Amino acid sequence: MDTVSQLQRQFVEYTASLYREGYLDDQFTQLQKLQDESNPDFVVEVVSLFFEDSEKLLNNLTTALHQENIDYKQVDAHVHQFKGSSSSIGAQRVKDMCVVFRNYCDEKNLDGCVVCLQQAKNEYILVRNKLEALFNLEQQILQAGGSVPMMV
Amino acid sequence: MRQILQIFLLQFDMINDCKDLHVLAVDDSNIDRKVIQRLLQISSFKVTVVESGSRALQYLGLDEDKNSDRFDNSSTLREIPVVIMSSENSLTRIDRCLEEGAEDYLLKPVKLSDVTRLKNSILKSGSGEITGIQTNKRKHKRDQSPLPTSIDCHTPPPASPQHSLEKRARL
Repeated sequence: MDTVSQLQRQFVEYTASLYREGYLDDQFTQLQKLQDESNPDFVVEVVSLFFEDSEKLLNNLTTALHQENIDYKQVDAHVHQFKGSSSSIGAQRVKDMCVVFRNYCDEKNLDGCVVCLQQAKNEYILVRNKLEALFNLEQQILQAGGSVPMMV
Repeated sequence: MRQILQIFLLQFDMINDCKDLHVLAVDDSNIDRKVIQRLLQISSFKVTVVESGSRALQYLGLDEDKNSDRFDNSSTLREIPVVIMSSENSLTRIDRCLEEGAEDYLLKPVKLSDVTRLKNSILKSGSGEITGIQTNKRKHKRDQSPLPTSIDCHTPPPASPQHSLEKRARL
């Protein structure tokens, strides 16, 4: 099997595993539908925005939860934003963690919030690594002269 | 509480072609702005994207600071259809938005099929003007039919005229 086919198979299997393990959901597929020759880097662009946004949000959340008097409304606003952006790109596990996080905000449960923040960070780092690996595979396929299989 | 508005504004041209439909999409999330812009573009709408309700009003030529009479008397802008985009899946909220005159309520995350469905319903609603000569009757009919805009409400829509555009509900 030549390099391109090998890489393509790797790509397909890796993508399938990301969906199977719940890292990505249908919304990621939706994003891929929006990519074409006129917008060939759409998915990478949106995901990059997500990475930037998430890192800011996680920093803001860390700061907010270290205040002497915690403003849970503010914390909730950040989590809501994080939930929205993760939902928009299909980062399912991050989104699900945000749902739990918001419940703790509602209860003004600091311990719960702190644990959720850590878990949200972990899930974010996981999905970021996986998406970066996925994009890397795409690049390898393209550089080897192949085309990236459509997962739609 | 801050009202976050996402507004689609559709200017329905007499030539009933989707390319002439101009949507003003409003979203405070840069990620969602990028996605909705692409969703609309790929569905052949002309798109302008802004980041806030006040920017949207500015774009429409309505400054919140200016005389509110001008706002209330702006009947053309009143005809602009509103489509809501929100992550909130609450029947009471959805009903309220539709009662206040929204054309539709799209649940986030928005999918291509949502935009396609919206496009089809807009094109259908203007079917009287697809071909043929402009008549007074048709023009009158067009003036009566509001076009979709989209509002994302994180809080219940305020009753104040400053923020809400009066629309007749078309259900």
